[in-house]
Amino acid sequence: MNLEDIIQQTKTYYCLECGKCTSICPVAKYDSSFSPRMMIENALLGFEDDVVLNQKLFSCLTCYNCQQECPSDVDFPIFVRKARSIAQDNGQHGVCAHSGQLQSLARLMTSPAIKQKRLEWLSKEYRVSEDSDVLLWVGCAPYFEPIFKDIEFSALGIIKASLRILNLLGIEPRLLPNERCCGHDALWTGDIETFKKLAEHNAAQIKEAGVKKIVFSCPEGYRTFKLDYPEHVDLGCEVQHVSELLVEKMGQNGLKFGEIKKKVTYQDPCRLGRHLGVYDAPRKVIESIPGIELVEMRHSGWESICCGTSAFTNCDSYSNMLRAERLSEAVATGAELLITACPKCQTHFRCATVDKGEEHRPTPKIEVMDLANLVANAMGESNNG
Amino acid sequence: MAEFEPQIIAFCCNWCTYAAADLAGTSRLRYPPNVRIVRVMCSGMVNPIYILKAFEGGVDGVLVAGCHLTDCHYIDGPVKCDAAVDKLRKMLHVLGLEDERLRREMIATSEGVLFARVIHEMVEQLKKIGPSPFKVKMEALA
Repeated sequence: MNLEDIIQQTKTYYCLECGKCTSICPVAKYDSSFSPRMMIENALLGFEDDVVLNQKLFSCLTCYNCQQECPSDVDFPIFVRKARSIAQDNGQHGVCAHSGQLQSLARLMTSPAIKQKRLEWLSKEYRVSEDSDVLLWVGCAPYFEPIFKDIEFSALGIIKASLRILNLLGIEPRLLPNERCCGHDALWTGDIETFKKLAEHNAAQIKEAGVKKIVFSCPEGYRTFKLDYPEHVDLGCEVQHVSELLVEKMGQNGLKFGEIKKKVTYQDPCRLGRHLGVYDAPRKVIESIPGIELVEMRHSGWESICCGTSAFTNCDSYSNMLRAERLSEAVATGAELLITACPKCQTHFRCATVDKGEEHRPTPKIEVMDLANLVANAMGESNNG
Repeated sequence: MAEFEPQIIAFCCNWCTYAAADLAGTSRLRYPPNVRIVRVMCSGMVNPIYILKAFEGGVDGVLVAGCHLTDCHYIDGPVKCDAAVDKLRKMLHVLGLEDERLRREMIATSEGVLFARVIHEMVEQLKKIGPSPFKVKMEALA
């Protein structure tokens, strides 16, 4: 594939050079050398090297803010994703956060011979079933656990809370002992080969298990399974986010939530919101908890600002500024709790409390919590499990 | 079939373990030829990604060796190294990798004998547990 093919596939030639993308881009707001408009223009003028060998290609958060504003409907995130695969062929990887360990783990997981010990955290208080047709996707949570321990983030806590929710809904889900990384980060950093291998492996496992529905607590996995897997593999089952499942169940038989007296605000993860259009389900769930007052940030819904990280690349001072802006918006609402539905939003927000950035600016302080943890708490159960 | 010969990458600190390996050589100590030494300035600079890349490349074991806690030229290198290796070990455990494949040692300049013994032990253990599971990927590609 070359850049010309990508222009044809993503219909980039419709670009009017109006610059709305750059004006709304959260990265371009802080990093003046990053410009989606210039990138598209360089591509259209045939300056391939200026696009694919540009380190800034990996700064794009693929948050889909630009595509929402674009009058010509140019799919810039997909353009970036495909251009990154050319960049990878030319030996460009961007600057990987956490020294590239997460990308390396995804590559290591392509080996068919590994026997993972990913369910060691599972204790007897959770009910799982070997022959259930509902699968709870655990994803990279067992790997995030040691990596993000220093920022006091527990990815497994989210999975445990989701499992608790499913149990309280009367569902005993199945957990796959040897599932692999969903390949989201590999795909969005342009490592298509790794993504395909992971997708094939996961699809084979799911088919063998005879699963009818997969429930996700992570929007990245959800997006990958819903939109990207069908392009490569046949999954043959339904996928659902835990918030959508909750809304479905609330409609059926009126769920009972305990009271939580708190003022909260909600961060729309880009994968769940703009990528998949799920804005209402998480809000409905939060609002149905008695005692909770949900206030919106200045930017919310389809125009909400990204947390500042997407595929663990180019996490620089600009993404730190972006994160600080989002956190101050959350503080400005007067809420005491920031709810998000994405583990990655939480890693990035929590990291702000440890990493103050080069300028040592004061970081806005607000407690961050996942939707699943909040709901599990409201259902009268502890989330620490 | 020929006996399985494990490949080991050893990250050795310039000031202690690399010199210990030198000492083992000049003292004519025998140790298996399965190890490839990578000289680093300090064990504290061994980033987890170096170790992961070694496994990606298909090695069967990795040794990270450097100065003892109080000998470091850069004050707290071994402490950083311990923290990084511990964290990585937890991840590799979830990945299903045997604990023996990643070894952390502190070997001072004068401990050439210890260096040779550690290599002996590692090769023996790795021969018992067999090739790394990540090799399968490599062979499938070839």
